[in-house]
Amino acid sequence: MSESSRKRSSFLPSLLAVLAGVVYMVFFLAGESQMVIFGLLLGAGLVVTAFKYLRVLDVVGESAKDNQRAFSIAVVMGVLAVSLYFYDDPFVLFLVGTVLVYVLTCLGLNIQFGFVGVLNFAGASFFGVGCYTAAVLTKNTAVPHLVIIFLGGLMAALLGFLILIPVLKTRGHYAALVTIAFALLFKTFLEVNDTLGGPQGLKCGALNLFGWDFNRDIVIGSFEGCFYLGYIAVILLLLILGFIMARRMEDSWVGLNMDAVRLDETVSACFGQSIPRWKITAFTIGNFYCGVAGAFYAMMLGYIAPTNFTFGDSLILLSIVILGGLGSMWGTVVATIIVILIPEKFQVLQEYRFLLFSALVIAILLFRPQGLLPRPLRSYITLKSSSNR
Amino acid sequence: MQNVLLSISKLGKNFGGVTALVDLDLDVARNRILGLIGPNGSGKTTFFNVVTGIYPTTSGKVAFEGEDITNFSPQKVYRAGVARTFQRSRLFLPLSIMDNITLGDHSQLNNGLFFNLFRRRALAAQYREIRDKSRDLITIFDPDLADRLFEPVVNLPMISRRRIEICRALISNPKLLLLDEPSAGMTHEETFRLIDDILHIKDKIEDLTVIIIEHEMSVMERITDYCAVLNFGQKICEGTYREIASDEEVQQAYLGVD
Repeated sequence: MSESSRKRSSFLPSLLAVLAGVVYMVFFLAGESQMVIFGLLLGAGLVVTAFKYLRVLDVVGESAKDNQRAFSIAVVMGVLAVSLYFYDDPFVLFLVGTVLVYVLTCLGLNIQFGFVGVLNFAGASFFGVGCYTAAVLTKNTAVPHLVIIFLGGLMAALLGFLILIPVLKTRGHYAALVTIAFALLFKTFLEVNDTLGGPQGLKCGALNLFGWDFNRDIVIGSFEGCFYLGYIAVILLLLILGFIMARRMEDSWVGLNMDAVRLDETVSACFGQSIPRWKITAFTIGNFYCGVAGAFYAMMLGYIAPTNFTFGDSLILLSIVILGGLGSMWGTVVATIIVILIPEKFQVLQEYRFLLFSALVIAILLFRPQGLLPRPLRSYITLKSSSNR
Repeated sequence: MQNVLLSISKLGKNFGGVTALVDLDLDVARNRILGLIGPNGSGKTTFFNVVTGIYPTTSGKVAFEGEDITNFSPQKVYRAGVARTFQRSRLFLPLSIMDNITLGDHSQLNNGLFFNLFRRRALAAQYREIRDKSRDLITIFDPDLADRLFEPVVNLPMISRRRIEICRALISNPKLLLLDEPSAGMTHEETFRLIDDILHIKDKIEDLTVIIIEHEMSVMERITDYCAVLNFGQKICEGTYREIASDEEVQQAYLGVD
């Protein structure tokens, strides 16, 4: 086959990159003083720039691309290693869990915006639908919690489906306008709704799977780990599942049809594509991701309020997608880490984060519109490996 | 009339107060190549857009294989067996050659969500089938492109893009192929190579009817079995290239009246 004639590159460079990333994360998350954090950020920026010019990044990219499965496993191991290193530090572990939740949410938005081109300005609201579903169901019913997480996604998907239907026939960005309206209405609705706790919000029950209470610290022999480790394990599993599904979708006719709809609706229609079908599919699946992430997050946080689901939060989510690169799933992962972790650790920025992110998004759109990690061309590589077995 | 594939009667199209097509009558014979000639703005591309369902008709009737397809959606027209290319080559530029050609075969793909996500082995089999089909098709036009199936289209020169666009239209085995100015943006030599390709493929496919819009008269002379001339949205003449070239009204339309 001509497309496999090129020599497969070694796994070593990407493995080294993951190891470097893990070590860096440990130092970054352990860093206490603002000066150390600033130094680490500056150092990372310089090293990445230098590596780019020395073409080291290209080598790493090729290596990761040719060894996708091994690379993904290495990254998962890396996350576990970082979490275990901070096994008794609830602050850091909660932060890691939060990043994973946001990655899942942004994968959903990436399916909507990156694949089929539907702009969703209500990402945080659909996330909130999942949160409130979980809060209400854990408090008032005995539904198993795994089912609740699933129902959170289902509620978000259903609501998104309903608000998208009226605008499907329109072209352009009317769907985006409707999502803006939904985002604004959603928060107001929560604030005036007493059954849902009004502005004070609701308590959410802790995750409990098969009798294992996730809010209890983990004790195995002499090992005593913070309870957040359990949450990290669960969200990591959900994320892996979500990632595999999105990846499969990308490497299939569904992803191909979505690309066509995004790029040129008229030509797509002339070749038999149903435009609404793919828009609905992507929007619904994306919101399902948001809802699942939200339901899980509510259980991990234990307490939710309308202020978590503002229009501003939705914009942050979208900026992550743009920053990472439209349609690029690994880009989403990297961008989420940058956008969520940096303001948390580098507190000086906390106040100016909106300003900073808007500047960052504008800079990306001007100088690197394909995002930090541009989406690779569809190679059907997951299909080829599945057929070899 | 067994051998009429596409039959247009009294077709009219207005854009607000602007009339693009007036009472157009046209019968397209099966298995022939029809050339559509006319000055700029005479309604040629509008005709394609109305037939393929991009614009709704204002009046008149379009029949394909005896079936009324007037005001069908583009999707339904495609499924009936009509494929087209566009005046300004409209490929999906960021996608690969393979992806672009595959998209032309939409109705043959299994597009179900469950199938695509969970029946990966069956999908892989379908993928290999389509890939080989695409490769065989593009090899007829340009063997070099067949080796570059997984390169993005955006880097390719115009002639390659035109070839890919024609492959995208042909892969679904349409009965009617609409070519909208395939020579636009190409040199004379490239145009002739493309025309050779089209004639070559026309020989290979048994049941293929072609309507071609073109300004290059030498192209029309070589490729068409017969021609129709439009002016201000009306058909002013129909016949073989030789006949219409010597027609006085046609010459006036092109050169203007003294």
